[in-house]
Amino acid sequence: MRRLIRKLCFGIVCAALPALSQKVAIQAPSSVSAGSSLAITTTGSGSATLYLIGPSHVRKQSIKLGQEVEISGQDLAASGNYQAVTCDSEGCVSALFQVLPAKPIRLAFMLHPSRVPVSTPKAVNGAALVSDRYHNTVIAPTRVDFHLSLGGESSTRSVESVRGIAWFEMGSRPKQGALQVVASVDDTAEPRVIQQVAAEACGLRMSAAPSGHFVKLQTDPIRDCGGNPLPDGTIVSFTKTDAAGKSTVDTPIKKDKATAQFEVSGPAHISVACGVVVGNELTLGGRP
Amino acid sequence: MRFGLTLLIVVLTAVLLIAGWVQSGGMKLRAERAASTPEEAVRALLADIQAHNWEHAYALLDHANDIQKTDFIPDIAGTDGSLRTYSSLQSFDIWPVHADATHATLRVRMNWSSAVGSLDDVRDWPVVRDGSVWKVVWPKPNFANVPLQVLPVNYLRWDVIGKRSDEFGSAAVDSPQVRIISMNAVERPDSVVIVGEVENEDTVPAYLNVSATLLKPDGSPLAKQDSFDEIAHSLLPKQVSPYRIDFPGIRLNQVKSVRMDVHPLLVPASADPVISVENQNVNKDALGRTVLKGALINQSGQVVNIAQVLAVFYDSSGKAIWVSDGYVDQALLPQAPVPFAVDIPADVANRMHDYHVVVNHYTAPSA
Repeated sequence: MRRLIRKLCFGIVCAALPALSQKVAIQAPSSVSAGSSLAITTTGSGSATLYLIGPSHVRKQSIKLGQEVEISGQDLAASGNYQAVTCDSEGCVSALFQVLPAKPIRLAFMLHPSRVPVSTPKAVNGAALVSDRYHNTVIAPTRVDFHLSLGGESSTRSVESVRGIAWFEMGSRPKQGALQVVASVDDTAEPRVIQQVAAEACGLRMSAAPSGHFVKLQTDPIRDCGGNPLPDGTIVSFTKTDAAGKSTVDTPIKKDKATAQFEVSGPAHISVACGVVVGNELTLGGRP
Repeated sequence: MRFGLTLLIVVLTAVLLIAGWVQSGGMKLRAERAASTPEEAVRALLADIQAHNWEHAYALLDHANDIQKTDFIPDIAGTDGSLRTYSSLQSFDIWPVHADATHATLRVRMNWSSAVGSLDDVRDWPVVRDGSVWKVVWPKPNFANVPLQVLPVNYLRWDVIGKRSDEFGSAAVDSPQVRIISMNAVERPDSVVIVGEVENEDTVPAYLNVSATLLKPDGSPLAKQDSFDEIAHSLLPKQVSPYRIDFPGIRLNQVKSVRMDVHPLLVPASADPVISVENQNVNKDALGRTVLKGALINQSGQVVNIAQVLAVFYDSSGKAIWVSDGYVDQALLPQAPVPFAVDIPADVANRMHDYHVVVNHYTAPSA
């Protein structure tokens, strides 16, 4: 809608151009920073109307020719090309100027994913969009620092933004925990956290302790190949097959281990799995 | 004249009442309750069960085995918020199995309409002659008698906290990472069925649904369906669930390819209860159908109101060839085994090499 209004106004102004009078002139600085006020100089005498046509809005005000017209910073918050048009009874004159983004002060920081298994190559990526206090994207190259810390280790990557975007990609670290990534520009910092979690179980093993007609099963501490313990609540499936049939139980890990108990009749074969990872198998002689 | 009109109204009302009673099966009900044959005795009992007339149904039973009303009513009407408590007897079929002058056995297939669809319950009922009438001998239910004890339950629970911000670039938490680990398109006589398994690969619980789109040879969609209740929707980390998606009225030769989608959501969940599936065996049921039977044991301290058994069947190469499901109409009380059975189609039973059972459960929020 705003674009349509702008085009209409621009059309009106162009249609009026042949009628421009040489008596009235208007001058504006070629560029100004977003949010800064601006003085437009006019020549001539009498009263006229000033149209300020910007990328986000259009403003109309009555002015006295021959005086400076002060445009407030509020009207110049959106960066882009502006046109100031002055019209009196004899015609219209215009001046073009540019509003540039102000000092970078905001960061929109997207870090993906929020959870990642350890030691996964190119699994973490972050992108920071640099903008000024008026949400104008800062197109000029800006240095963005990405500060990464996990446990006691920390490192910093400096990336220069291209067209307002600075990004990085990296693999996850071999140690699980909260990986904090802080994107910063000058005094502005945006922290994000990625949970680095254990990968698939590795070397899944269980042991059996027969007790009467029952057998108690317990896994060794379940860890991934990097030695990170799988989180509590992860499901481990035990399967027992004997003369009575097949019995299964999906049980969650508690304190790094999973346990189960089965009633056994005769020789029994027991297996354990965690997701798609299969552990060791046991064959029990059973009890009469 | 005024007296005559009153009399006419009374007579007409009586005629209408009698007509209504006959129309609603009152004669049939009376005949069924006379129970002069074993089948009539069973029909009379089932008519009372259908009408939720528990007191009268109990009165029709043979009491020689000391069956108590407090045993009979929970056995037939359900307890503890089980699926049976939300069901009503829709229809029944009766077959004689054995009969002599004083004893008979009848096989009864009761079709219950429930909140999750119709459920079949097949039972063999002994019937005995008592004077001029026949009475059903209701087998004494074997309710679990778990001794009073304290069961510590300290399984993990996941909560999702905080408020999601719509602001661009704000911190967010990803949906759980889930993966379809197998998929097989199977042609049935009246449909195409997609079966397979899905795994929650993440370290947080996932609520998920699997959908499939059948594509024609020109790449356009032919049909789209989702797994509805043929899946364990809530999966804990590293848990695997079978799924089945039915496409009725479609032939496999109409399908060029299948597009699978899985939609996981981050949800709060608890690792409790743990339900073990004991003594699984493939057998024939009373009607001669191949079924996978076993027992569910709730290893936690909380009553599980409704349980659903999902079984995936594999061929000799380990490929999923079918997924069956069945609801258990009894509540799972702590530590008490509850039997279950799920149907296996005859052709699947012939090719089946192995199977895996998963239990889906619903527990009503406690007050």
